[in-house]
Amino acid sequence: MKFSEHWLKQFVNIKLSASEIADTLTFAGLEVDNIESIKPDIKKIVVGKIIEITPHPNADRLRVCQVDVGKSKPLTIVCGANNAVKGIKVPTALVGAKLPGGLIIRKTQLRGEDSSGMLCSAAELGIEGDSAGLLILDNEARIGTDILDALHLDDHVIEVDLTPNRGDCLSVFGIAREMSALTNTKLKQKKFNKVRVSSKKKISVTVTAGKLCPRYVGRVIENIDPVAHTPVWMQERLRRSGLRSLGPVVDVTNFVMLELGQPMHGFDLDKISGGIKVLASKGKQKLKLLDESTVAIPEGTLLISDKQGPLAIAGIMGGSASAVTNNTKNIFLESAFFSADAITGRARLMGKHTDSSHRFERGVDACLQKTAIERATALLISIVGGKPGPVVEKISRNNLPGPFRVSLKQKKLESILGIKIPAAKVVRILTSLGMKVTSNKSGWSVVAPSYRFDLKHDVDLIEEIIRVYGYDKIPEVPFALSAKPESITERKINARQLTDLLVDRDYQEVITYSFIDRKSQDLFAPDENAAILKNPISDALAVMRTSLWPGLVQTIIYNQNRQQSRLRFFETGHCFFRKGKEFREINRIAGAITGGISQEQWGTKARNVDFFDMKGDLEAILGKTGELHNFEFEHGVHPALHPGKTAKITKNGINIGWLGELHPDIAAKLSLETTIILFELDISAVLRRKSIKYRQLSKYPSIRRDISILVDEQLAVKKVFDVINQAGGKWLLNLELFDEYRGEGIDSGRKSLSLGLTLQESSRTLKEEEVETVMAGVLAALETELGAKLR
Amino acid sequence: MQEQLTELLQSALAEIEACKDVSSVESVRVKYLGKKGLLTEQLKTLGSLPPEQRPQAGQLVNVAKKEISEKIQDKKEALETAARNVSLSSGKIDITLPGRNAGNGSLHPVTRTIRRLENFFSSAGFEIVKGPEIESDYYNFEALNIPDNHPARAMHDTFYFDANHLLRTHTSPVQIRYMENNKPPIRIIAPGKVYRCDSDVTHTPMFHQVEGLLIDESASFADLKSLLISFLRAFFEQDDLKVRFRPSFFPFTEPSAEVDINCVMCNGSGCRVCSHTGWLEILGCGMVHPNVLANVLGFRKIHSDKFNGFAFGIGVERLAMLRYGINDLRLFFDNDVRFLKQFS
Repeated sequence: MKFSEHWLKQFVNIKLSASEIADTLTFAGLEVDNIESIKPDIKKIVVGKIIEITPHPNADRLRVCQVDVGKSKPLTIVCGANNAVKGIKVPTALVGAKLPGGLIIRKTQLRGEDSSGMLCSAAELGIEGDSAGLLILDNEARIGTDILDALHLDDHVIEVDLTPNRGDCLSVFGIAREMSALTNTKLKQKKFNKVRVSSKKKISVTVTAGKLCPRYVGRVIENIDPVAHTPVWMQERLRRSGLRSLGPVVDVTNFVMLELGQPMHGFDLDKISGGIKVLASKGKQKLKLLDESTVAIPEGTLLISDKQGPLAIAGIMGGSASAVTNNTKNIFLESAFFSADAITGRARLMGKHTDSSHRFERGVDACLQKTAIERATALLISIVGGKPGPVVEKISRNNLPGPFRVSLKQKKLESILGIKIPAAKVVRILTSLGMKVTSNKSGWSVVAPSYRFDLKHDVDLIEEIIRVYGYDKIPEVPFALSAKPESITERKINARQLTDLLVDRDYQEVITYSFIDRKSQDLFAPDENAAILKNPISDALAVMRTSLWPGLVQTIIYNQNRQQSRLRFFETGHCFFRKGKEFREINRIAGAITGGISQEQWGTKARNVDFFDMKGDLEAILGKTGELHNFEFEHGVHPALHPGKTAKITKNGINIGWLGELHPDIAAKLSLETTIILFELDISAVLRRKSIKYRQLSKYPSIRRDISILVDEQLAVKKVFDVINQAGGKWLLNLELFDEYRGEGIDSGRKSLSLGLTLQESSRTLKEEEVETVMAGVLAALETELGAKLR
Repeated sequence: MQEQLTELLQSALAEIEACKDVSSVESVRVKYLGKKGLLTEQLKTLGSLPPEQRPQAGQLVNVAKKEISEKIQDKKEALETAARNVSLSSGKIDITLPGRNAGNGSLHPVTRTIRRLENFFSSAGFEIVKGPEIESDYYNFEALNIPDNHPARAMHDTFYFDANHLLRTHTSPVQIRYMENNKPPIRIIAPGKVYRCDSDVTHTPMFHQVEGLLIDESASFADLKSLLISFLRAFFEQDDLKVRFRPSFFPFTEPSAEVDINCVMCNGSGCRVCSHTGWLEILGCGMVHPNVLANVLGFRKIHSDKFNGFAFGIGVERLAMLRYGINDLRLFFDNDVRFLKQFS
């Protein structure tokens, strides 16, 4: 809502500057977004009247004007504007005048004729607008007055960003009403007298949708002057509120909407056949609107129709066929109360958000329609003349809102705010806001005015009281801390521990968008049932990810394009799945690494990261549970991973994650030149920790035996471990693989594994023979079960 | 005998003296004092002496033996010290060479900020809870007193999947989900991602919020004000940070307020960040609207005179930007390592 400071002050005589007004409004919950001075940088331009006009002797296009500027002698000014005629009042720049852009007007000769000034257009004054000709001032303008005063150009435009509950402030009068309460200044109630009816002409109005249109007011005005102009003062006010002048009828309806908050509409009476019907649309209907677009009207939309069909979409926009044009002689003026339910959502549905729909959606004062139509009629006939007919009003009384009765207990006021406000102060605040207040034993009972339909609950009144009283008057009290101590369980793992672990292992955390492009989704997870947005912002952000990998890989590409080669990223976030109407979200942690194992370094042999680097990181995460052995790494198949370098991670047979190298086909499609290792894990699988139980340390020495065995090259080391662990029995304390070798000296198809076994008995030292027996058993088991030979 | 001993002693001492390393000292020891050493042999000959000479001769041998072994010990120590000194001077490394595997990862600034919020509110007794990001119309709007077609919906440019499913536009639905399953007193915060169909210099279609909810017998606006002021002062580590509350509107709170802080970039003197106002809008809050409580099954019975509640919503990116002086929202989701590494 934009309005001019000058206009506001017509209603409430406050002695505040524009920025003081802005602060007052902002601190009462009407946030001012912007204050702008509209004063142009001009000097010595006054109201002049052309009292004589003669052709220029030496130029066809120029004329010589005698201009009365209130001095003893008129000025002679040469002028080229087409619309310069005798009798009009125009802005006249005197000799020495300053125009926007720094132009100084001097006494000069134009084609041999003296010229002592310049007659100005709106553009030349620095007011935007039609500069086709001179700005013709209203006849009331006093000759000789500085144009800044005559047009009230020393003004500010104040823009308020109103919250949806304050529909009552979508007018200058509404803001004035608010300012009057906030500053304790009397509101100048404008009396809009009924216009004298000078015609009997009326048309019938039938309202069949009383629930959506509880009040409909209309009147015919006949015989208006179709070519009259909107006066400059009105154009100026419209302009300062951000509206263009579009002819007197539209301008007046817009003006009344801005002034009082009542959206109105003017129809060309001669285009209406029969009477007006206000009804909800049925079936498929179309209408060409004022903006020349044709819309399909959603069923149930409130329409203004005649015998032929729809004329206008109620409260949103008029039709083009019945619109007022510069040939219109007779009009039908509408001032209706459409309920918010009739309008909300529909304007957006049709893509037609208008000043009118904006107001109806937020709610219009249901008692305002007759006042508005009288005001509009008076303004209109002062501009275009015409004979107004009687006002026709249709009311559906049961559907009219109000009265708005709310009661408030003093105790409630104090418990919500945490402070005491004197009762007299409460009454004064509520009364200043237009409410009728009755005090009772426990508090107050209040009737809110018809324009404050937003006041329904006691807490609404509390807000009114405190916003006027001032939030700053609520003191800071020490905040009472909870007595409930925080849980310090060791059974749960906080996801923070996982991310901290990766950070400590030199990973950077990233946050990527939860929606990705369809191509990536098809590339990384072609078989998943992804949730697809109905209204994505772009194709690149259209599908909800089912994996964190596309985002991580994109992040790698983004950084590689910025000369970064060693990249180690992780992300935690939801992945989304859809099955019919069911949506599922899984919280995951994933990582992606590429480039060197460490920063280029003098003391470390450079090499690129591989599968086992990341496997180690992953094992560290899994190890947080205290039960690393419960997680299995199996050879698996995943569409995004290298078929030979893919590990499916399971726990109790359930797949909880993946680890592997990015599939070379995908790498090629993404033009990636480096190998990327990826992992992804369901966070829920690692959020529980085994409780810790101490095991007695043995006082006796342990004994280590190393063996090297030859096995089939394809044999998984895991199998060797399983066999040894089984055969090693209870004395086997530790088992490690310290070498894996294939190549020279080893038959092709075989590989050598070197393993260290540590044996220990907790209550005594093991005897040599006992150790030998265990080792013999292990070797025998390896040979019979896996065909392993001692090297 | 005596002459023989003296001779042996002299030659032993000379040999010890001539030794250049520990191993040659050891051979000298073996030569004279070993099992078959020269001095040991001398000791064996004592038996052939007449008994009255034996004590004196024995003493002589022992004195010689003692002297040799002392000299050997001294020589060994001297040689070892010399050797250590040599290795000390040659073993000097350039300690200014960089160490191995010095890499330090980093948490994303949004995560850092959420953690600081979590830490603050946890210490004030708030439990950290989470909710789904795909929400139903009911939890995102209806239950929060934003009925269908409410103009407030226009404030939320919503991403939809179908008529009933959407990406949550705020973290407020978590309030409802929590209240459905818990009884007051309630103290929760709910950090998480939220989504709005808006993308330009100052908006990203995904961002982060932290929702707070407290329901208790004596919760008042004064408590809300105190809690948020102490949070903001703690967050910006400025004990005298100026904070102001402005009336505002949210469908799910009444009364509602917007909270401004004195611009932390210019200390309130006016700059580009605060649009030369000296103030920054930082969060929204208010007392829980009775309609919201009435919408939650199980809360209907709670007499609204007995329990009050307040709620607040904090934009994480905005806090992070102000805290770290980040001037472009989009940096958060570009994930440029040169940006991320600044937060290690």
